[in-house]
Formats: sequence, structure tokens, C-alpha cells
Amino acid sequence: MCQACPIIDWAELLPAVQSFTARRVTDTMADFIVWFDRYEQAHKPLVGGKNASLGEMMVAELPVPPGFAVTVDAYQLIWADRALVSDVNDLLVSIDHDDARANRHTSEQIRARIEQAPVPEPVVGDVADAYRLLAEHCEIEDVPVAVRSSATAEDLPDASFAGQQDSFLWIRGLDDVIDNLRRCWSSLFTDRAIAYRHGMGYLHTSIAMSVGVQKMVDPVASGVAFTLNPSNGDRSQVAIDASWGLGEAVVSGEVTPDNFLVDKVIHEIVERNLSDKHIEYRLTDGGSIDKVEVEADRREIACVTDDELKAIAVLARRAEKHYGCPQDVEWAIDRHLPAGDNVLMLQSRPETVWSRKPIQPVANTAAGGVSSIVSTLLSPVHKKPSAESQPRDNT
Amino acid sequence: MAESRFPSPFEVEAPDGIEGWEELYPYSVVFSEERRSYEDDRFWFWDSMHWGSAMTPWDSTFLEMAIASLSQFNSRHYRIPPADGIDFRVLYGYPYFSPVTIEDGSRIESRVPDFVERAGHYFANWDQLYDNWLGKIRATIDEITAINLTPLPEMEDLEVITSGLGTGTGHHLQVEYRRFKDLCLQVWQYHFEFLNLGYAAYLDFFGFCKQAWPSIPDLGIAKMVAGVEVDLFRPNEELKVLARKAIDGGLARVFDTPNDVAAIRAAVAETDFEAHWNDVSDPWFNFSSGTGFYHYDKTWCDYPEIPYAFIKDYIAKIEAGEDITRPIDAIRAERDRVVEEYGDLLQTDEDRQAFQEKLGLARVVFPYVENHNFYIEHWTMSVIWRKLRELGQMLLKEDITTAEDDVFYFRRDEIDEVLWDIYSGWAVNAPTRGPGYWPPRIARRREIVDRFRAWQPPKALGEPPDVVTEPFTIMLWGITSDSVQGWLGAEEGADELTGMAASPGIVEGPARLVFNPEDIGDIADGEILVSPITAPSWAPVFPKIQACVTDIGGMMSHAAIVCREYGIPAVTGTGFGTREIKTGDLIRVDGSAGTVTKLE
Repeated sequence: MCQACPIIDWAELLPAVQSFTARRVTDTMADFIVWFDRYEQAHKPLVGGKNASLGEMMVAELPVPPGFAVTVDAYQLIWADRALVSDVNDLLVSIDHDDARANRHTSEQIRARIEQAPVPEPVVGDVADAYRLLAEHCEIEDVPVAVRSSATAEDLPDASFAGQQDSFLWIRGLDDVIDNLRRCWSSLFTDRAIAYRHGMGYLHTSIAMSVGVQKMVDPVASGVAFTLNPSNGDRSQVAIDASWGLGEAVVSGEVTPDNFLVDKVIHEIVERNLSDKHIEYRLTDGGSIDKVEVEADRREIACVTDDELKAIAVLARRAEKHYGCPQDVEWAIDRHLPAGDNVLMLQSRPETVWSRKPIQPVANTAAGGVSSIVSTLLSPVHKKPSAESQPRDNT
Repeated sequence: MAESRFPSPFEVEAPDGIEGWEELYPYSVVFSEERRSYEDDRFWFWDSMHWGSAMTPWDSTFLEMAIASLSQFNSRHYRIPPADGIDFRVLYGYPYFSPVTIEDGSRIESRVPDFVERAGHYFANWDQLYDNWLGKIRATIDEITAINLTPLPEMEDLEVITSGLGTGTGHHLQVEYRRFKDLCLQVWQYHFEFLNLGYAAYLDFFGFCKQAWPSIPDLGIAKMVAGVEVDLFRPNEELKVLARKAIDGGLARVFDTPNDVAAIRAAVAETDFEAHWNDVSDPWFNFSSGTGFYHYDKTWCDYPEIPYAFIKDYIAKIEAGEDITRPIDAIRAERDRVVEEYGDLLQTDEDRQAFQEKLGLARVVFPYVENHNFYIEHWTMSVIWRKLRELGQMLLKEDITTAEDDVFYFRRDEIDEVLWDIYSGWAVNAPTRGPGYWPPRIARRREIVDRFRAWQPPKALGEPPDVVTEPFTIMLWGITSDSVQGWLGAEEGADELTGMAASPGIVEGPARLVFNPEDIGDIADGEILVSPITAPSWAPVFPKIQACVTDIGGMMSHAAIVCREYGIPAVTGTGFGTREIKTGDLIRVDGSAGTVTKLE
């Protein structure tokens, strides 16, 4: 019996749901949907951190794959089902927090219970309309989407404590979208999430779940970009790592990516290091992700064109300007979009290494005018340490 | 296998049949036993950028005047702390330079206060001093134009007698020639009055940018000072105006045969075209199709078929509906964008202020750095060469020579003796020795210079430096430690050349080699220009070409600046482009990476 987890009648939260609704922007027709491209700051408590970030990227005119958030109101509405509240409360109360295995079992029961509960009709209606509109917009029947959880916790400093934030890829058709919507909701009750909230003394009701439904990207190539040169902190450069297929191969370290340095302002490709990219992760038609060998003739050539590199640099810089600090962005080149419009941004978050270093003023600036010219003349910019001068061959 | 040093100036294999060549140049500019240990110890590079062809004796005067003046402003006027002058020699008709850097720290230190005071004065009063400079140049040009080098009269004017002058035209002729030489040196002094400081200010801005953004491409820095309205572009702009006037006046077809100068002159008589031509041709068409350093460089006013051919090209472009205006607004908009965006990346107010100050100074000096080239190399040098041709006419008339351009095969000091010979023969009214003495000697000198021209001079001589530190060598000639090592390592027949990434973009196309300005008419649309260097007066060919490759020149060389304006790729300072590439070769120019690749 857990004394620390107060049992709460979820239905009492309904007035709060009403107040969310009252704050909603007027041009949103559906009650439970916020389109990413209509995102406003006021939506943040409704859509959770991850969806808010995608919406924010759209505000910054970054090409994020189109999609919408199913708001926390939809999640809150499921607790209007008294039987569900009662069953979940009973299970929560029964948890012995010292017994991890039992905890996992109870978590599975809670999740199963949530996933069995019928989704409220108004939510189904809104999601169905939105999914249909998205399919029409993409001109793809049963458009494949990624369904992702996006937790929100209004009064808590860090929403990511919710723990498991699941992503379900390559989902096609309304029924599967609805199923995975429920799986996202239930992911608030993984054993780790329960244990974390318990440990921190947070209420289980202090957190709610929004769900993002976003057109699936099928990347020819993908990677990350830093809006500075990580080797020297030079902020005039965008450093780009790129590999074939989905980003997993780079993230997992299975592939050494191609690496580029692109000038942020004049978009010149300043450095180019190609590597042997022997495997890639690809989406199959069946919706699974396969790790496959890269054909010999693609392994050592650049996996992105110069134009794509420039587009990535422009978009990364745009993100940096929008957020006001150096960024670490994830990008992908979509297989199905036309060249020129095929670079998509998946995520943008603050860069943390160089950004935290103290600011170093540019050398010589203290001495203005002619004195500074003297320093320049005394240390010519092309001067290189003698160790770098070429060894002589006297033969 | 790469060599470790260049040939010694004393071991270079001489061209055949040039015995006695030393007398073509002053004793002080040839390599000699007396200075051998000094000369053998140094690194010398051939300035093929300004002197791509062997110099005749009189022409080599300007090598001496230019480089002595450059040196003097470094060493004696501004006390540039780490650099004295640039030593210079002539080997088989070609100039070799050796920067004299100061290594001793305490000597450098002791020069700093003088430099700060002296350079500071020029930077603080730049615009006013530059206005003053323009006046000095115009006055000098007027004075050179007024120099009287005409044949001596049968009898002095009566006024010489009645005014009690007491001296005669024979004496005046010698005074005038000496004055002419003095004015030549004067104008080369003016040439370097601002230039070294201009480069220093530009280098300072360059250095700041490289420190703030270690990976910034040179092109990014160059773009921040682009788009300044400078006089050097004016001649080309006037051609566009004339092309439009030709079309408006129904004269377009007249230019289909640009070499028929007489027919064109007749057809444009009394038209708007002619009126505008007359308005602008002096000074703007005192524009040399070469570097201005050779007597045979052709100026537009003396050879109107050159601008006529450019006008023909512009007419064709206008008729095809193309916009031929210089995209100055676009260049400036891009410049402002680039400045703003780099500026946004700075993190402290001090840095932002320093950036603005240095950029401001670089922009203040930039017009001079560009314009001096028009005022000196083009305008003044055109006037000087014209005056020397007048002298050539006079020598011909006096039977000292057998052709007008024989005059350029005399050393400048030998002309003093010739004028004395003419004067004394005239005074005594007895035979001069010149007609018997000079013609065979001049014929021999012509043969020697022709042999020099058929010879391939080495790119450099002597021991390569560990590091090139002399700022002007880097800035103007684009010579760095790396490029020198590149010359040593370069193997003949290589398929890839590297140089400066001077203007971005990648194109493939057929190469067109151009060594002489007369050949620029051969360039066809879509070709890639490959030449030792380019001159500003080649500007009208840039809209036709796809890319440009030069043997020598840095980021701020003419080819680089113009290619960036036209948005076409350029690789400058390849060292061997004209040796490795032949007309018609299919080549790829990567102006972003600074490489040129032969494709077949």
C-alpha cells in the first residue's frame, strides 16, 4: 500500500480542462487538435514539450514534416470514465515500490487497462478529421505517420521526468493511429515513470500526455548539425554529420558519418571529409526498419549534395537565430520530396558544450586602430608554426 | 621527387645567344659576383603577375621605380615594423623579387612608435589626403603631357634673343628629358604613398576575421569590402553606355566590323555616340589592355578597335534582352547581409566595435587600393608611353634609330647621351655618331629580348623560406609558405592544379589560353579563361566566360574581384595553369576548393 500516492478522483480535473479550452485560439476548429503550423506559445501546456518544440520550429519557418498534436485535453477526457479511474487507482495503490518486478507487472496491468478503454467519441472524431486532412495535404492515402508521446507538466520544472516517451513509427490508417494514441497515453504509466514520480513526490495527476501525429519521413540520408565548429567553437560555421538512411546508424555509432563544415553566412563548403558508410537503416514498405548493407558504389561518395548541405546550414542557422543560442539539430533528406524542398528538420535543441564556455574576446581588440594593425603585421595571418612546414627531401 | 630548393640565380641555364645581355639593364639590378654571397642566400620569386614577358631596357625602368618606391615607403616613410623593402633583380629580362623582412625583435619594436605616428596620420586624414593625391596625379599628368621632346629647330626663335633668355632649345631638350624621368619616378612615388598602408589596413581586418572565425573562407572576408563604387570600373561602364547609344542611334550594325575603325568613326560622326565618346575617352579610355608596364600595351583611345569589339559584344547582349548593368545594388545588398550576419556572430560589444572599426577602415582604404591602378598603371602610364613614342619619332627623324619603337631598347640613362650627341651635333652643325653607332646595337638588343621571350624563366630562385611573413608579398602576390612549397612539389603533367579559392562555384568547360591582350578577342562564349594574370581592361570579357584561372594573384587580385562581381568561379595563383593547360582542354574549375582539374 502506497501512502505517498494520494488517490485522486480524476473527474475533479474536468474544470481545469474547461479552462484550457477557454484559452484555445479561435481559428482551431477541432477541440482536441493543435496543428503544428498553427502553434502559438499559449498552446504549450496543451501539447507538451516535444510537440511545442515542433510547433516552435514551424513558427521559425523551419521545414518540419507536417502534423498535429492531440492535446492533453483528449488525454484528460479519458478519465471521465469512472471505471477506468477506479481500476487505475486500485492498481496504483497496490504498488510496493520496493519490489521492482511487481512494480513492472502492475505497470503492465495499468497500461493494458488504459489501452483497452474506449477513446472518447469527440476525440476519435477530431483525430479522424485531422488525419484525413493530413493525408489530403500529403496526397498520400493512409499517409504513414510517426505517433509520439509529448508529456506536459505545467507546474514542474522538467517534463521529461515522465520517463518513457514512446515513438511509434510508420503507422498507417486511422485505426492504427487511434491504437497508438492510446499506447502513448499509457506510456505515462511505465514502471520507471511511476517510480520516478513516486521518488520525487510528484502527483500522478501532475503530468498529462499530448500525442504528436506527424508525417513519416523516409530519409535518403539524415544526420545532425551543430551551429558551430565543435573543434574550435567557431560560430561562423555549421558542422554537419551525415549518413545514408535513418539517423540510427549515426546515433548508435555503427557508421562513421560524412562530415562537413559549411560557412553560415556565405554558405561555402569549407571542409569535406567523406567516409566509408557501410550500413544504413531503411524503412521497408511493410513498415519495419531494416539494417542493410550499403551498395559498394554508394559507400564512399557524399550522401548529401552541396545544395542540400547549404540548405541544412541555412536551416540550422535559422533555428539558432530563432532560439537565440547555438543549436544541435536533427535533419533528414526526404526521399519523396522534390529537390530544393527535401531537407526537413526533425528536432532542434541547445548546444551545450561550447555554449557554456566563458566568452573569449577576439585577440588584439583591446588595442584599437593603428596599434592593432601593428599586431597584425607582426603576426601575419598566414604564418604557420614551423613544425607544419614540409619535411625536406634532399635526394 | 620534389626539389628542396630552387636553382641558384648563378646556376640558371641561360637562354642561347644572349651574350652581352647585361648591358640592357643598369649594373645595379643584375645578379653579380660582388653581391653573390648575399644573393645566393636569398629566396627570389619571379613577379609574373606584372611582368609576364621579358622587359626591354627602357620598360625595365618602371620595375626599378616601382619596387624602389614600394620599398622606400615601407622602410623609410612608415617604418613598417617587420618589413623593409623588396629587393629586386633582373635575370634574362625577367624581374625577381626578394622581400627584406626584419627578424630582430628589438629592431621591430623600436620602429613601432614611428609607424603608429606616421601611419596613424594617414589613416586619420585618409579622405583629405586622397583628394590631395588626386590633384597631385592630375598635375603630374599635365606636366608629363607638356614635356617637349620635339626635334631641334634650324634656328632659335627671335624671342629667345629679344627676351634675353640666354639658353637654347638643345639645352632645354636635355632638361625636358631629365624632367620627364623625374616625373616618372614622382608618379611611382605617389603610387605607393597610400598602397602599403591600404594593404595593412585590409590585412588587419582580414586578421581580425580569421581570429574571430578561424574557419571563415577568405571569400567571406572579401565580400564584406565589395561593392564600393570605384573609378577602375568606370571605363567598362562607359562601354555599356556607348553600346546603348549605338543602338538608340540606329548604329548597332556599324559595330559588326569593329576593326574597321575608319568606317565606324565616319558612321558615328556628329551623333550622341560620338559626343559621349569624346566626353569620356579622356581620361577613362586611357585604359591599357595589359598591365601598363609594357610600351606595347594597347590603350583604348589609341586602339579604338578594342573598345569597339567590346561594344559589339554589349550590343549583342542588349539585343538578346540581357541586362548588362553591373548588379551594384545586388552586390551591396549581399555585402550588407554578409556584414550583418558575421557581425551578429560576435559576442561582446568590444568585438562588435572592433569589427565595425576595422571594416570601416578597410572600406575607407579600398577605393584607393583599386583606383590607384587606373590613375597610375592606366592613365599616367598611357601618357608616359605616348611621350616616349614622341621621343621615338624624334630619334627616328635624327637617324639615330630605324624604327619608332627602337627607343624602348635604350636604357633610360643612355638617352641622356643620345640627346647630348644630337645636341652637340646640332650645335656644332657637324655629323653625330649616333646613326652609325646605335642601329646595329639596337638590332642586337632586339634579338636578345626576342630570345628572352622564347625562354621559360623559373618561378623562383634560391632557398625557399620556412615561412613567408612579409605582409605585402602575401597580400598582393598571393605568395605563402604553402604556395612556394607547391611550386617545388609541382610535377609537370599533373592533372590537378591548386590555387586560391578566389570566387566560388564549380564549372566544366573548354579552356582558352590568353597570354597577350591582343588575343582576348579570340575568347568565345562559355570558355574558361586561362592566363598568367588578367588586367582590369579585360572586364568586358568576363560576361562571356564561364570561369577564370590565373597563374598568379591573390584574393584581391583583379581576376578575383571581377569574378566575384560576375558570380563566376575563379582560381587564382595556380602557378602553372598556362603551362599545364592547352586551349581546348576540357577542364573543371572549382572556385570553392581552389582546384583546377584536366578532364581530358
